[in-house]
Amino acid sequence: MATLGVLDSANLNGGQKLAVKYFTVAIALFGAQVLFGLLAGLQYLYPDFLYGVLDFSVNRMLHINAMVVWLLFGFIGAAYWLLEDEAGVPVVGLALGNLIFWVLTLAVTVVVLVYLLVQVGPGEIKSIWLINEGREYIEAPRWADIGIVVAVLVFFYNVAATFMKGRFTGIGGVLVLDLVALAGLYLAGMWYTPNVSMDQYWWWWVIHLWVEATWEVLVGCLLAYGLMKTLGVSRRIVETWLYIEVALLFGSGILGLGHHYFWIGTPEYWLAIGGFFSALEPIPLVAMVVHAVFDAGHHKLKSTNNPALAWMIAQAFGNFFGAGVWGFMHTLPQINLYTHGTQWTASHGHLAFFGAYATIVIAFVYLAVQKWRGNVWMSGEVVGSWRWKWAIFLLHVGIIGMTMALLIAGYEQSQIERAIEGSTWMGYFAAQAHPWFQQGMVWRMITGWIFAAGFLLLAWDLLTIGSRESRPARRLEPQEAMAAG
Amino acid sequence: MTAAKLYWWASESFWKKMAIWITAASAVVLIFLTFDTVAKITAGSKRVPAYSVINHRIDYVFDEKRNHQVPVIGPEEPLFGRKLSEEEAAALVSKGKLTVQAKNCMNCHTLLGNGAYYAPDLTKAWLDPAWGSKEVREQLMVDFLIDPSDKLHNVLGRRMPKLGITEEEAHAVVAFLKWMSAIDTNGFPANFKPIEQSDTPAAANVSSAPAASQAAGAAPESTPVQ
Ligand code: HEM
Ligand code: HEM
Ligand SMILES: [Fe+2]
Repeated sequence: MATLGVLDSANLNGGQKLAVKYFTVAIALFGAQVLFGLLAGLQYLYPDFLYGVLDFSVNRMLHINAMVVWLLFGFIGAAYWLLEDEAGVPVVGLALGNLIFWVLTLAVTVVVLVYLLVQVGPGEIKSIWLINEGREYIEAPRWADIGIVVAVLVFFYNVAATFMKGRFTGIGGVLVLDLVALAGLYLAGMWYTPNVSMDQYWWWWVIHLWVEATWEVLVGCLLAYGLMKTLGVSRRIVETWLYIEVALLFGSGILGLGHHYFWIGTPEYWLAIGGFFSALEPIPLVAMVVHAVFDAGHHKLKSTNNPALAWMIAQAFGNFFGAGVWGFMHTLPQINLYTHGTQWTASHGHLAFFGAYATIVIAFVYLAVQKWRGNVWMSGEVVGSWRWKWAIFLLHVGIIGMTMALLIAGYEQSQIERAIEGSTWMGYFAAQAHPWFQQGMVWRMITGWIFAAGFLLLAWDLLTIGSRESRPARRLEPQEAMAAG
Repeated sequence: MTAAKLYWWASESFWKKMAIWITAASAVVLIFLTFDTVAKITAGSKRVPAYSVINHRIDYVFDEKRNHQVPVIGPEEPLFGRKLSEEEAAALVSKGKLTVQAKNCMNCHTLLGNGAYYAPDLTKAWLDPAWGSKEVREQLMVDFLIDPSDKLHNVLGRRMPKLGITEEEAHAVVAFLKWMSAIDTNGFPANFKPIEQSDTPAAANVSSAPAASQAAGAAPESTPVQ
């Protein structure tokens, strides 16, 4: 074995060697997301900044696309990370999986370059195939969509075939079925129609049924594995919780889709169905908090990897507040009529995506660097532990600050633009010019810079944590280790 | 942990079965509702009108029964003064939609309230009083889309960029916006104040066709989109 504290891929199994490639690209794209978010945020304050060069629409597209892609890379990496461990056999078809990683990364690079350099095309179908599809979050041109589908099929083959060859744990079973749904849903966003109502009907299948159903379940699997690994929680406990979460998440989230069908031309029955089921969506998120906090408390916070555990606890709370509380606040049609499409939505989008998804990917990257360095000590008082603590702190001050700033701007907007002025152009700009809105934009920027500082510290920490450690990782107590299997 | 008695509600197999059944049942209900909804939002349905609706005046009028505003299709008022067949209208609106996608409008604006928040919602842009009067709006919209960079409409200094929209594309986008304003959105946006479109009182008397008087806006017997 290599020296403790040195990055050496000999410390990793096959799937994990591939996982750390995905994680590396993920963190780089996280950086790109922050950069383009800052540019877009600045344009709210200085509209002439980069006007005609990198317009708001370009920066925003890159901001949210970088987010979707880095989170997906993080999820794929996390699945490869736990695969051999869970299935008990080496990854089936790993060479193909490796090839696909490079194909995907190349495709992402080309798409980004086209976004930056070509930006827009003529109003013809070929623009949608080659430049950008112009539909929020899934702007990737059609050629890239097809590439993504092929890549995901290979990834799915790796995961499913490995579990089939080895053993199907509860986590493995849920993960495989969830990936079928996750990949299948992407197809719903891959066709053109002039009918904007129909367009948005299917567009929400991808967006909502991803983030409020299939991604949540995927995170449930990752959290179950992570709690076993860091705390030594027994498999029976995490898997029972996982089934409870699946039942509650899908039971509320699938029909909760209706909360996007209030105002897009769809029939009135969605007001009741969407309002009712989406109002239930916070329940599983409470269950997930209880699960994580109870397990952590039960094991007296004695973990093998403190930063990873901290980020998993942050996930439980971030998911609950960002999705559960912030989502619930505007999910009833009576309220959504006035908050729909305002900074309210952006406030919720930021806290939910960060709290539910960025956090869990970061937790897995911490698990990865620990093992990559030869399973080095990462519990209390790891050398240089101020860095991960300050990073998690600054990132949270940043995201909560932005969320609050946008919420206040959103309140003002729903009052003035929506309720009083009736959403005309004049009403829109009356609300945008209001001091409360403008102050919100300033505070979003200030806290955005804090977030960016937190990101830099996080990146630095991920590169260095454990490098000056010579202690091996804390070992789980015998009965814990046995349970973790 | 002590070996406590395992209750049925804490058993793994119980929750596994629940997870499967609840998921399957929810998915079946969603698929069933999707068939119904797709039929009701196909262009040419009651809620989402045929593309040839752009040959008519479109208004957004308060409906007593539903207690919110609904789109109302009025007398013939062809876009750019040219009446289109159903096929021509569909082709034009589709061209407009393609332009909206290719120019990435949704990463500044919202359509039906979805998109980005840097610029106004476009759901009822066709009816927006900011265009001045109904006589000049079509041309103003086309001119604006072709080159918005010198047309500042707010005190913030926020300008729409010049996106290389051709005159043909601009016409198509206006057609798309006009068609979109006729979609029944259950009253979103609420309390919207549409541009004045009723004919002058004298003219209104002349065109006493039933459709025209219904569309005048104030008429209580306003019919929702057919
Ligand atoms: C982690 C899970 C979630 C994520 C990542 C998330 C993210 C988002 C994002 C980004 C949007 C804006 C979409 C757009 O750009 O138009 C959105 C909209 C919305 N979300 Fe969530 N969400 C989550 C969970 C929830 C939950 C649990 C609820 C309800 C309890 C909820 C309620 C809503 C509603 C009502 C809207 C529509 C806002 C509008 O009308 O403008 N979300 N969500
Ligand atoms: C430096 C930090 C950041 C800044 C300055 C920033 C800024 C922005 C801006 C200006 C927008 C456009 C909003 C609009 O259309 O008006 C936006 C949208 C968005 N950002 Fe960020 N952002 C930051 C970090 C993040 C993070 C960390 C996440 C999630 C992990 C995130 C997720 C999103 C999402 C989901 C949207 C779309 C929201 C919606 O459509 O409702 N952002 N951001
Ligand atoms: Fe949703």
